[in-house]
Amino acid sequence: MKLLEYQAKEVLSSLGIAIPPGRVAHTPDEAAAACAELGPVAVKAQVPVGGRGKAGGIKLAKSPDEARAAAAQIIGMEIKGFKVPLVYCESALEIEREIYLGFTVDRDARANILMLSAKGGMEIEQVAEESPESIARLYPNPWRGPLDFELAQLVYDADLGGLARPLTALIKKLYRAIPDLDAVTAEINPLVVTKKGEVIAGDAKLEIDENAMWRRKDLEAKYGSVLEGDPYEVEAKKRGLTYVSLGGDIGIIGNGAGLCMGTLDLVQRAGGRPANFCDIGGGAKAEVVENALAVILMNPDVKGVVMNVFGGITRGDEVAKGLVAARDNLKMKVPLVVRLSGTRAEEGREILKQNGIEPGVSAWEAAQKIVELTSTAGRA
Amino acid sequence: MSILLDAGTKVIVQGITGREGTFHAEQMQALGTKVVGGTSPGKGGTTHLGVAVFNTVADAVKATGASASGIFVPPPFAADAIMEAASAGITLIVCITEGIPIQDMIKVKDYLRGHPQARLIGPNCPGLITPGAAKIGIIPQAITRPGHVGLVSRSGTLTYEVATALSAAGLGQSTIVGIGGDPVLGLTFRDVIELFEKDAATTHLVVIGEIGGSDEEHAAEVLARGTRLKTVAFISGRTAPEGKRMGHAGAIISGNRGTAKSKEEAFRKAGVAVAETTDQIVGLLK
Repeated sequence: MKLLEYQAKEVLSSLGIAIPPGRVAHTPDEAAAACAELGPVAVKAQVPVGGRGKAGGIKLAKSPDEARAAAAQIIGMEIKGFKVPLVYCESALEIEREIYLGFTVDRDARANILMLSAKGGMEIEQVAEESPESIARLYPNPWRGPLDFELAQLVYDADLGGLARPLTALIKKLYRAIPDLDAVTAEINPLVVTKKGEVIAGDAKLEIDENAMWRRKDLEAKYGSVLEGDPYEVEAKKRGLTYVSLGGDIGIIGNGAGLCMGTLDLVQRAGGRPANFCDIGGGAKAEVVENALAVILMNPDVKGVVMNVFGGITRGDEVAKGLVAARDNLKMKVPLVVRLSGTRAEEGREILKQNGIEPGVSAWEAAQKIVELTSTAGRA
Repeated sequence: MSILLDAGTKVIVQGITGREGTFHAEQMQALGTKVVGGTSPGKGGTTHLGVAVFNTVADAVKATGASASGIFVPPPFAADAIMEAASAGITLIVCITEGIPIQDMIKVKDYLRGHPQARLIGPNCPGLITPGAAKIGIIPQAITRPGHVGLVSRSGTLTYEVATALSAAGLGQSTIVGIGGDPVLGLTFRDVIELFEKDAATTHLVVIGEIGGSDEEHAAEVLARGTRLKTVAFISGRTAPEGKRMGHAGAIISGNRGTAKSKEEAFRKAGVAVAETTDQIVGLLK
């Protein structure tokens, strides 16, 4: 679960890290009121993706009127596919210097990595590429967390020895997000040192492990439902499906993420545009299939659906029966092509054929068929 | 022959009395896997599926001499189950469980450094099968046949798809290993490829990768040093949009390494044939 900036800052604040004063605004009037209360503010789009500054999602406002105008512009704009639902109005900081601090999971090392750099604020990825030595790194022991001397080494390695005391204290607080919150990524960039010498989180990114939600119910309750840009993704989540919207017009269902991604690749290869990725997991129970179809058909752009099911232990004839029932229950009108393989696939294909559903023997054949059917439907 | 697992391997099932554990332990037995026992805390001393149930892995190992374990316990208990198996001296630990928190797995990886005898496969994987001999996990026996192709994959159902195609084309498999889709996992492509390299019965190799991480690139580095195995690689997710989560926690594009393009290029550079669709794999392998 990716938190929005204001949510991440709320969490950082709860860990004892200083954040600038700020207010959430859902409307231009609320933004004006926030500015009236806080003085000059940055009006920032709240979306769970990076690059919002470049997209025009951050504006400075000196007066309530300016804040109102900025919020009116930003709320509702689209940034990388996310419609901005609200803005965060935050007091501007008097910046002395900007530091980078973050942690993430280093997949190669199979460990958490803490990173600290004196070259914060600008494109940290560029820094990483051009002068990797200017990013100090530490792999804390996952059982006991970083020790004081290790943190001191990190700070000195980053050439930030002058700030050793406040920084080690702050990194320790940030690290709590790993054991206490199951954070998999946290980033404070910039970590601002103000002219007065305070160390404050200028921006914040925080991602919580989806696999750990069962023990982070409080976080999910607080932040889980605020936004996930796409209505179909929200609905799919409610129904317990793994679903990602992709903007095309061919619905895709597969059992297993790899098979589903493979199907997506094939549809694209056949000249089609996938509307979504929808993994119904192993097996292919009738109600899960129906749920997946229901969500996909909510999208009026969908001109056809292709389903790729490998019935390893699940029987193909049972999958087929469930599919026919789902289609009938949903009164599905667009074409459906089903690629069924595995145990009793032939019986399954026969059932599909008898009920007017196009069976595909290979995934490639199914992908071509759905592209053909949907492009004909488009011309008609 | 095979890698990691054969008909003589003594296997226990952790969580054998659960629904999943029961179902798959039966399937494992049906293939002839030497399932010598299982664990289920509180049910020690009973019998299930014709084998003894123990409270702990240590008890099971002591009584049966098992060297391998299949783990079918829910996510909150799975990390502990892996460490329990390693602590009891199990040398092949196969964790099928999907949805283990990443931080738990990071602790597991650290713990396993102190138990170098233990090889972990998974989590979030279909396990492994040596066709006609034995399996640990959930790969359906019916789609496999004994032979000389080593198959290693990050995906579950895609593995089945490829195994089905290989078997239909008369290309049997020495061992099929599903290493799992999580970002923090046990054996990697490289580890498994090195095992296949040493296995005289394996003459061909199929690597099924996925976007995200750089394990495929590392595997390509190993293959680039020279291999006697005729190899085909396939990467799924070539059209997946950047930064979107695709179900497998691991399938997130990160940096330049991690894209389908980077992985395919790495394999091509290593002299490995790259299939653009799964349908092409059989043709390229022959």
